[in-house]
Amino acid sequence: MKIGNSIMALMVALPFVVSAPNVMAATAEGVVLDSVHIDSGDTPSLQRGAALFVNYCLSCHGAAYMRYERLAYDLDIPMETLAEDFMFTTDKPGDLMKTAMTEDDAKEWFGVAPPDLTLVSRVRNNEWLYTYLRAFYLDENSPNGWNNSLFENVAMPHVLYELQGAQTLVGHVETDEGAAVETSAHQNIVGDTIFEIQKVGKNSPEEFDMAMRDLVNFLSYLAEPAQLQRRSIGIWVLAWLAVLFVVSFLLKKEYWRDIH
Amino acid sequence: MSNFMEWVDRRFPATKVWNEHLAEYWTPKNFNFWYYFGSLAMLVLVIQIVTGIFLTMHYKPDASLAFASVEYIMRDVPWGWLMRYLHSTGASAFFVIVYLHMFRGLIYGSSREPRELVWLIGCVIFVTLMAEAFMGYLLPWGNMSYWGAQVIISLFDVIPYLGPILTEWIRGDFVVSDATLNRFFAFHVIALPLVLCALVFLHIVALHKVGSNNPDGIEIKDNKDENGKPLDGIAFHPYYTVKDLVGVVVFFMVYLGVVFFWPDGSGVLLEKDNFAPANSLQTPPDIVPLWYFTPFYSILRASTSDFLLILTVITGVAAVATFFIDTKRSNKISAFICYALLAVGLSIFDAKFWGVVMMGSAIVVLFLLPWLDKSPVKSIRYRSMPFKIAVGIFVIAFISLGYLGMHPVSELSTIQAQLCTILYFSFFALMPFYTAWGKTKPVPTRLT
Repeated sequence: MKIGNSIMALMVALPFVVSAPNVMAATAEGVVLDSVHIDSGDTPSLQRGAALFVNYCLSCHGAAYMRYERLAYDLDIPMETLAEDFMFTTDKPGDLMKTAMTEDDAKEWFGVAPPDLTLVSRVRNNEWLYTYLRAFYLDENSPNGWNNSLFENVAMPHVLYELQGAQTLVGHVETDEGAAVETSAHQNIVGDTIFEIQKVGKNSPEEFDMAMRDLVNFLSYLAEPAQLQRRSIGIWVLAWLAVLFVVSFLLKKEYWRDIH
Repeated sequence: MSNFMEWVDRRFPATKVWNEHLAEYWTPKNFNFWYYFGSLAMLVLVIQIVTGIFLTMHYKPDASLAFASVEYIMRDVPWGWLMRYLHSTGASAFFVIVYLHMFRGLIYGSSREPRELVWLIGCVIFVTLMAEAFMGYLLPWGNMSYWGAQVIISLFDVIPYLGPILTEWIRGDFVVSDATLNRFFAFHVIALPLVLCALVFLHIVALHKVGSNNPDGIEIKDNKDENGKPLDGIAFHPYYTVKDLVGVVVFFMVYLGVVFFWPDGSGVLLEKDNFAPANSLQTPPDIVPLWYFTPFYSILRASTSDFLLILTVITGVAAVATFFIDTKRSNKISAFICYALLAVGLSIFDAKFWGVVMMGSAIVVLFLLPWLDKSPVKSIRYRSMPFKIAVGIFVIAFISLGYLGMHPVSELSTIQAQLCTILYFSFFALMPFYTAWGKTKPVPTRLT
């Protein structure tokens, strides 16, 4: 048994031994992302995110695996509100959330077809989306006047301009921790990039960050609507298994009393 | 009831089978932790078949519909998400269990005489399971499904002359396409599950012929009472059925814990790139197979021209060394010829070819285990120290290969993988020597 234990110990310790050099390689890559608080139980946040998504994203990006109806059902949105504020006039509640723009038009206008966003939170990750949405800046050299510090030369313009306003690129935070760099009130740090605020939009920087948190929270829900159910069901399943464990363990003990 | 059973028994050996395989199948009484994984593997096979049936009801094996049909299952099919997660997590659970089950066989000498066929059939199950998992992974038609299949199928290209024809025949097209998806669906859903079930049946038939090994590695059949019942044997049913039930509950806690709280395993169980539909124009930045293939994938990637040079030197040294081993002259000569041919081959064919050969050999070598192991005792409890050290190194090498295979290659990681590849093969190649070396502990006559 001792050997068994030491083998187990080796198996446990091993990934840490081999991982040491690789962890350093990962940070050396140098993409700094801002953390974002995701809470699928925060329905008001999901509702606000859904409204932003429908108003600002859905004109170009589709969510072609998702149905409007499901949105109303999961996010407590009344059917009338759904029809008035969330759907294009010709859509039915059971329809998929497809974009009005055809792929050919999109290619002509932007050079690439905007990707479907249903699963974007699972393809990228939430931190990436949260950083990306806040990292647009004015760039004279870009065809549409905008660029993004996280996704350089992205074809997408700053669609949320009216909310965030405009900012210009100042530079990158030198140290790993952004806190070490002093910034003025007119400056904003996203990821490891410092921006100079040129024009404030409808939202203050704090409000815009909150709005983007709502939007990313919604995108996270959109990628996996089942997450609303699975965790709450999972707790009951595990609790039931815990009871079953006690019963099965006692049963085993009872049977095995006569074995020595 | 007894009248009914008599009626049945005159026509079908129901009671006979029940007794021979459960109520009077004598099992060593000292099974430990490692002995849960056989019954758990059967359980997971059943889970995969049942959840697979439900997925098949809604899945569309069509390149233009497959990806969307999986999302349809995840969103619009009642409990579809649960079936999908049970199936995707089940695949990983299957491999965790099978790897632990094989490791058990390794440390307790379960492959040794008279259980060689149990081991061999088990190895065939392992290979079939790998094919089953590989083909199933194409079905969601995500971008990693697509490129993973593209890369693995193109490995057959290295076969001289036949390679290109063979890969085209496997894909049914010049690239992975709808034709490939359809045939993989057929294999994943019908052909391979049938083969798996048949093999599992044979595995159990062979096991029940020879009886289970145990952590002491001794035969309980050597000590029987006057009725022919082994003194250290207990009936599989009810003793091990109730014990396995506890194992099943604990397994379900872990498995369902993942299903409900961590179904994508942070990109390890469901890869991020696979949430984007297959795109023949956009290669994912790092094409990596799922974790259960990564040890073998690492061995494949470890093959570089520098590495082949080192291997040529090693085989050359081995060829010369055979003349100093105390054995028959004919053995020496044949070993020398083998090594010499290998050394020549290593310098003729390129690194990609040998990568595929090494990956294949890494699996084939498992079949040879019963004959490579020359220890006078079976269980690790009584084996000599060299074996214990070798097993420890092997475990480290195998897990390291798995870890390295999940990450992009770097100069350092390639060297690490090459080192681990040498350790992996050395474990088997040197087994006849180190298992016979060192002092074993005395083996008890009865179970401890």
